[in-house]
Order: sequence, then structure tokens, then C-alpha cells
Amino acid sequence: MSATLRVPTVLRPAVGGHALLEVEGATIGEVLKNVTAQYPSVTGQLLADDGTLHRFLNVYVNDDDVRYIGGVDAPVKDNDEITLLPAVAGGAH
Amino acid sequence: MITLTEDQRDSLLATCIRALPNEGCGLLLGTSEGVVVDVVASPNVADSARVYEIDPKVLLRTYRRADDEGLEVIGVFHSHTHSPAYPSPTDVAQAPDPTWHYVLATFLPVEPEVRSYRIVDGEITEEEVTIQPVTATSPPR
Repeated sequence: MSATLRVPTVLRPAVGGHALLEVEGATIGEVLKNVTAQYPSVTGQLLADDGTLHRFLNVYVNDDDVRYIGGVDAPVKDNDEITLLPAVAGGAH
Repeated sequence: MITLTEDQRDSLLATCIRALPNEGCGLLLGTSEGVVVDVVASPNVADSARVYEIDPKVLLRTYRRADDEGLEVIGVFHSHTHSPAYPSPTDVAQAPDPTWHYVLATFLPVEPEVRSYRIVDGEITEEEVTIQPVTATSPPR
């Protein structure tokens, strides 16, 4: 499956400066593993050590937050658009 | 520098007030020069008075809108309900983007305030403070 991955500004230096990547994989987990294999600098920023999604990264397939459609098992189809956005969080604690 | 209109500042504060007692939050849509075009309120999905997290749906929608309108997501705002409008260690640790503006509001009272507590076995209990007016019959200090 070939899909488009939109890379947020803060992660672009780790993927050769690209804002868009053509990616392969039948699931989000496969896609992110493939990206990590191609760009080792991004290791640890997409997937946690246990293979789950990084806690502070939001991943969307088209309009869907993948946490609600299977997480790393969320299916990816040809021509899907995958968007990565760092979680925006903080607080007084 | 970041520039907001009075209406945008009021909108930001209104979002934070509506979120009370939790922290309120939202995104700032604007230009790379730091001029805010719109204040985008978000639910605090952390549902907490001590931490906040922007709703991922609002995050995606705002980035899409930025692309459509030739704007940028230039920052985030949130409120501290019981501490100064100054980034906490949590804010610093989780700041995702060095180019962003991190706008903070606080609900700390602007007037001096005196409160009193009993602290017994580590448990804090607030007690009422009664202030008596000074009169001619008050005992000498």
C-alpha cells in the first residue's frame, strides 16, 4: 500500500527535511516501522520501545485519530493521507 | 513578540473561564510574524486542574485550516488556575515546538489575600478568617 505521510515541522530534520513522504505499509505500525528503518534518526519519536504509538504523538489516517481505529493495527489503504502531529500538552502540575 | 486584539485576548480568557475549575486551553492561528488571526478553543481532554491537553481532533482541524487559509499554528494558550502565568516544568518538558508562542493566563487573585489553614497529620483544612475593624476600644498593640 502506498500512502502519503505529512511530517510535522519538529520531526522534519529527522527525516531529511521532508514535509511529505510516500510510505508503504498495510497498517500504521508497518508504516511507522518502515519510516524508522529508512530514517533511523526518527527512532523513538514515532513508536515507543514496546512497539506501541508514542504517547506524545497524534497519528491520523485521513480524518481519524488512529487510537480509535486500532492503534498500530489501524489499516492503511492506497492513497490514504497519514498525518503526524505532536500532542500539545502541559500544565501547572 | 505575539500580538492579539482585545477581542482575541477576551476570547482566550473566556475559554479559560469556561473550563474552570480545570485548566483551559486552545491553539493560536496566525502568521509567522506572531500576529494572531484567530483563537481556537479546545476542550482540555486531560480534564484536569493541573494539566491540559489539546483535543487531537481540534489539533488536526486547526492544522488543516491553517493550510487552507495560508496561516500557521503559531502557538498554544492555557491557564494555570492556582499558580502564576509562568511556564511550569511540565510546560517546559512538553513544549513541542521551539518556534511556538506559549501564552499563559492565570486566575491567581490580583488583590492581596489572607487565608488560614489548620494542618494536622499532613491534612490541610482551610479555616475562615474574620477581620475585625479597628475601633477606639481596641487593645493597644
